[in-house]
Amino acid sequence: MPDLSSNCAGIRSPNPFWLASAPPANSGAQVQRAFDAGWGGAVWKTLGQPIQNVSSRFGAINYSGTRAIGFNNIELITDRPLEVNFREIYETKKKYPKHAVVVSLMVESREEWQDIIKRSIDAGADGLELNFGCPHGMCERGMGSAVGQEPRVNERITAWAVEFSSVPVLVKLTPNVSDILPHGLAAQRGGAHGVSLINTIKSIISVDIDRFVPEPRVGALSTNGGYCGAAVKPIALHMVASLARSPDFRLPISGIGGITNWRDAVEFLLLGSSSVQVCTEVMLKGYRIVEDMIEGLEEYMRSHGFETLDQMVGKAVPAYSEWGDLDLNYETIAKIDDQKCIGCQLCVVACHDGAHQCLHPPKGGNGGATRVPVVDESECVGCNLCKIVCPVPDCISMEQVANGFSPATWNQHMTEGAKLRPKKGAH
Amino acid sequence: MSKPIATDRSESVFSDYKKEYTPHQAFVEANRCLYCSDAPCTQACPTHIDVPEFIRKIATRNDRGAARTIFDANILGMSCARVCPVEVLCVGDCVYNAMGVPPIQIGKLQRYATDRAYAEGARFFEAGKPTGKSVGLIGAGPASLAAAHELRRHGHACTIYEKREVVGGLNTTGVAPYKMRADRSVAEVDWVLAIGGIEVLTGVEVGRDPSFEALEKKHDAVFVGVGLGPDTRLGVPGEDLAGIHGAVDYIERLKLGKVPLTGVRHALIIGGGNTAIDCVRELRGLGVAEVTLVYRGQEAKMPGYRHEWLAAREMGVGGLFQAVPVAFEGNGRLERVRCARLDENKRPIPGEETVVQADLVLLAIGQSTLGEKLAGLVGIAVDKGRVVTDEHGATGRKGWYAGGDCRNGGKEVVNAAAEGKAAALAIHRYLGGQNA
Repeated sequence: MPDLSSNCAGIRSPNPFWLASAPPANSGAQVQRAFDAGWGGAVWKTLGQPIQNVSSRFGAINYSGTRAIGFNNIELITDRPLEVNFREIYETKKKYPKHAVVVSLMVESREEWQDIIKRSIDAGADGLELNFGCPHGMCERGMGSAVGQEPRVNERITAWAVEFSSVPVLVKLTPNVSDILPHGLAAQRGGAHGVSLINTIKSIISVDIDRFVPEPRVGALSTNGGYCGAAVKPIALHMVASLARSPDFRLPISGIGGITNWRDAVEFLLLGSSSVQVCTEVMLKGYRIVEDMIEGLEEYMRSHGFETLDQMVGKAVPAYSEWGDLDLNYETIAKIDDQKCIGCQLCVVACHDGAHQCLHPPKGGNGGATRVPVVDESECVGCNLCKIVCPVPDCISMEQVANGFSPATWNQHMTEGAKLRPKKGAH
Repeated sequence: MSKPIATDRSESVFSDYKKEYTPHQAFVEANRCLYCSDAPCTQACPTHIDVPEFIRKIATRNDRGAARTIFDANILGMSCARVCPVEVLCVGDCVYNAMGVPPIQIGKLQRYATDRAYAEGARFFEAGKPTGKSVGLIGAGPASLAAAHELRRHGHACTIYEKREVVGGLNTTGVAPYKMRADRSVAEVDWVLAIGGIEVLTGVEVGRDPSFEALEKKHDAVFVGVGLGPDTRLGVPGEDLAGIHGAVDYIERLKLGKVPLTGVRHALIIGGGNTAIDCVRELRGLGVAEVTLVYRGQEAKMPGYRHEWLAAREMGVGGLFQAVPVAFEGNGRLERVRCARLDENKRPIPGEETVVQADLVLLAIGQSTLGEKLAGLVGIAVDKGRVVTDEHGATGRKGWYAGGDCRNGGKEVVNAAAEGKAAALAIHRYLGGQNA
């Protein structure tokens, strides 16, 4: 039986699945229900000076009939009195001593930080998360991403928090920067025990094309919000891995961004996260999704021989490399399984219009006996587009070609004159 | 506007066998479509509707564009959505079948898009610049309507001559009412005629008055879309007893008016084709307690569509196979049918007979052809009653074209629509049109 217990920056939880600081972690009743459902931890909805929210607050994009593959919000931090939040944190911690309750915080002055950190720890917080990431509303008041985008401010406030805190401090980073590394390093210099990322991405989710107003609409106006949900996972994975692979960055990572199921979670763990946080999918589907996340992760660990999370955290990081270190002589071509092919020819149109014109309708045209396309292997560059558009599982595979060339990277080619295979499809 | 049909009709009791989609049902189904390239569904359609394209438009909520794509290929797209045997055409060729995934419900999506366009009164086509040429079209069925609409898009004046008082041909008088009722077909005719410039003369039988020659003189080209003739008879004793009808004739009566079924306990439908299957479903639907299909071959080898027969079976109809009536018996009215039993090769087995009590018989063993009526015109060849044409519908007589059942011997509405349109394009070329 694999051990799912997690230790992220000294914050322990029975499993690595935490609710992210967001509406699902807004109150004690919610967090307690989430723990009952199986969540290992929760980062409480950000505490600070309670705010006034707008309506509406959320927007989403649908794709081909699938609802909310991307989501955004213009909601701010907690709108509930601090004493109510702290009382509920206390009650929750008392009831669930083994679960992780991390309190997200966002205030301005050193004095405010000192006060709110003391009260959080008094309430029983297992850790703190400094919200340096929120890209809407709060940043206009000099908080959230306004802090996260300035490494010196980030470092200074982190240092205050670490000074005042007796529990681990996570810094939640904003993705609204060109390179995440300086910001992770700033948190590290400030003494943070770990980082969590990504917060939401500055975005306009959509436009009401009949009213000529972006969404979510507040009367006749809208504003930019924070983008999240399944669609942001690739951006989050990249930022997590960028920190995880840097030799200068040594802090544990709590991964966030587009995690909808155990598979997504495994990807974040393999790229260096030691816990993962989920918001949007819970908002869309409820706390109950964690049952499958736990079961799926367990089964994955069992099938891959991992006994503890530590054994898998970061396992894919060494394989995240620079383009210049990729083997240019590694060659693949598309193979179509004619027994599986259903003849939709989506690969043909994709290859013709979007790739290298090397996949063709069968000889004799479509009036012939078969609709299985033909791969012109001398032209196929192994780009993968056909495999991506193919609706049939395992029908198209990219198979390696033994071309007789030794591995050679661009860097080796430039520095050592390593011999490259002739280019394909470049005419 | 076409002349309205009676409101009190036997067919009115039927509701749609395939229910219409709500907008959201259509949206969900449309989003399942893979949007195949050079799609098999489009190839399977005789009118080559760009199916993936119209379905994608439904998925993006461009419903009007979806309808335009359909009508551009087939102006009778509304009725075809209802009456096409999609199971053996577009839907049957959906690539999902090969994956073991339910195929896209193309007919229902087409109905959704076309019904919406009708409901909104959308208009997509305008008549072309007048060419000064005129075309006479014989018969107001699907072939002529498709031909006339296409001719109008190219600016040729059209006159349709219909011997009946009702228009729409078999779409109005023959389609199974659980697929489409007659009023819907008449509405389609009006939709087609809305392009303007199509004169419809009903109650006019060309060949009698006016003569074919007179028609030829009056128009620059002629399109023959007369369909098929009366039901074929068996030619056995007792066939004139009351209670025995030709199937196509009977269907026309139940679609345009009322058929008396009070007291009918057991109806026999003779035949194994689609008309026969329609009849059994219609009579069951009209409340006849016992309905039996009598076919001379084996059940598995019925020429009618399998899916239609299975649907009939679900309604609790009976089947008597390898049997053929040899005599109808009764005292003025039909009382029983004497059937010979046949072997696998449809040859009578000597001495084996079955007698079935029945008070209604519909003969669905085929329709006569009308080609012979044209046989007197020099240049027009007729083969087994069908008008012979080239692949574009041109007969051997200059300026004479044909399409639909009179040409193909009796196929689907969609075949008639395709042939009518193809012939119209050929006529347009013949009349000196450009870009045809």
